[in-house]
Amino acid sequence: MTKVSLVLNGKSVTCDVEDRTLLVSLIRDVRGLTGTHVGCDTSQCGACVVHVDGKAVKACTMLAAQAAGSDVVTLEGIGSADALHPVQAAFREHHGLQCGFCTPGMIMSAVDMINRHGAGNLDEATIRDELEGNICRCTGYHNIVKAIKAASDQMAGMAEAAE
Amino acid sequence: MYETTYHRAGSVGEASDLVSKAEDGKILGGGQTLLPTMKQRLASPSDLVDVTKIAEMNGICEGDGSLSIGAATTHAEVAASDLVKSKLPSLAGLAGGIGDPAVRHMGTIGGSIANNDPAADYPAALVALGATVVTSKRSLSAEDFFVGMFDTALDEDEIVVSVTFPLIEKGAYAKYPNPASRYAMAGVYVAKHQDGSVRVAVTGAGHYGVFRVDGMEAALAGNWSPDAVASIKVDAGSMLHDIHGSAAYRANLVTVMAKRAVSAAG
Repeated sequence: MTKVSLVLNGKSVTCDVEDRTLLVSLIRDVRGLTGTHVGCDTSQCGACVVHVDGKAVKACTMLAAQAAGSDVVTLEGIGSADALHPVQAAFREHHGLQCGFCTPGMIMSAVDMINRHGAGNLDEATIRDELEGNICRCTGYHNIVKAIKAASDQMAGMAEAAE
Repeated sequence: MYETTYHRAGSVGEASDLVSKAEDGKILGGGQTLLPTMKQRLASPSDLVDVTKIAEMNGICEGDGSLSIGAATTHAEVAASDLVKSKLPSLAGLAGGIGDPAVRHMGTIGGSIANNDPAADYPAALVALGATVVTSKRSLSAEDFFVGMFDTALDEDEIVVSVTFPLIEKGAYAKYPNPASRYAMAGVYVAKHQDGSVRVAVTGAGHYGVFRVDGMEAALAGNWSPDAVASIKVDAGSMLHDIHGSAAYRANLVTVMAKRAVSAAG
């Protein structure tokens, strides 16, 4: 067993876990945050994407111990039912989901790509390329791509308005 | 995953020490290959020594006519580095094409080359660019480092610390990714060095991992154009064959990717 201390959605937490515990197990099973999903469990599908120190990673392919000392943000950390993150709102507005299983990972990857490219700087080809590691079996991706583009453009507008 | 003990090393010396004292220790980089392998119970190291927080193994710096990349530097960092993009754009492009964004945030250059997957991208870059691998014990040329499929010259307790790439006149990498895994079915890195010599290195296709194509190198040294390599075929007898493609298919892909790479290098 090992003590893993990290910041999870802004709160400092310390968990006693086995060294082999995956980050996604700490998040879901130890902390009860089930917004992060496990789809393939082989780092292909991206349903488990969370942010570790501001970068999108697959939580099924990282040990909890590797994240010790890091700032971890899950879907629950970016918005709430009353105050959706612009990306969450755009997925609802543009019907960017059907069954919803891949959605947590899609949203966390979308936020990451907007952060890296800068709000307003995403075109359709870039979004599709960036979604390489997120698989959806329902939508055919069109509305996911539309939602991310809309959120990116809206966030650029918000940033401008704030200046 | 079987039980294991995780250690986080603060220095290269400490990491060597930890791994040599362990019953069956393994160095952990980003873990993007090792952890899936452990989850499938195809590997069960008693100890994992995480080297990604070691300062001297992180970062990219420019030397005299070269770039040195710390072994724990991630693919995303190499792909986004202004230094790499301006001095060795073909290498930044290769790093940006590995796996997917989340994998690139974790996977490291040291981990990739120490694993030496026959379909990994970095081995082609190291061999084509004539890179030097600096380990905790010595310096090795890329060709001496890569021994065979999933095999390198590293001793059990030896750790890759950094990789030094000489700057080249021009070069490019072209790969045909497997549509599902995105690993290279064939990836070809062509490099025209500053002394005029040419190196062509192939990954993904060969039975024994990365290899050079002498015929293409000679042809390109005389005539740097896609046409120069168009009629040069590699021996299908030494190509991989599996459900994704026959040996003959891969042999043909090598020529096609070589043409694309030369064309992209300009």
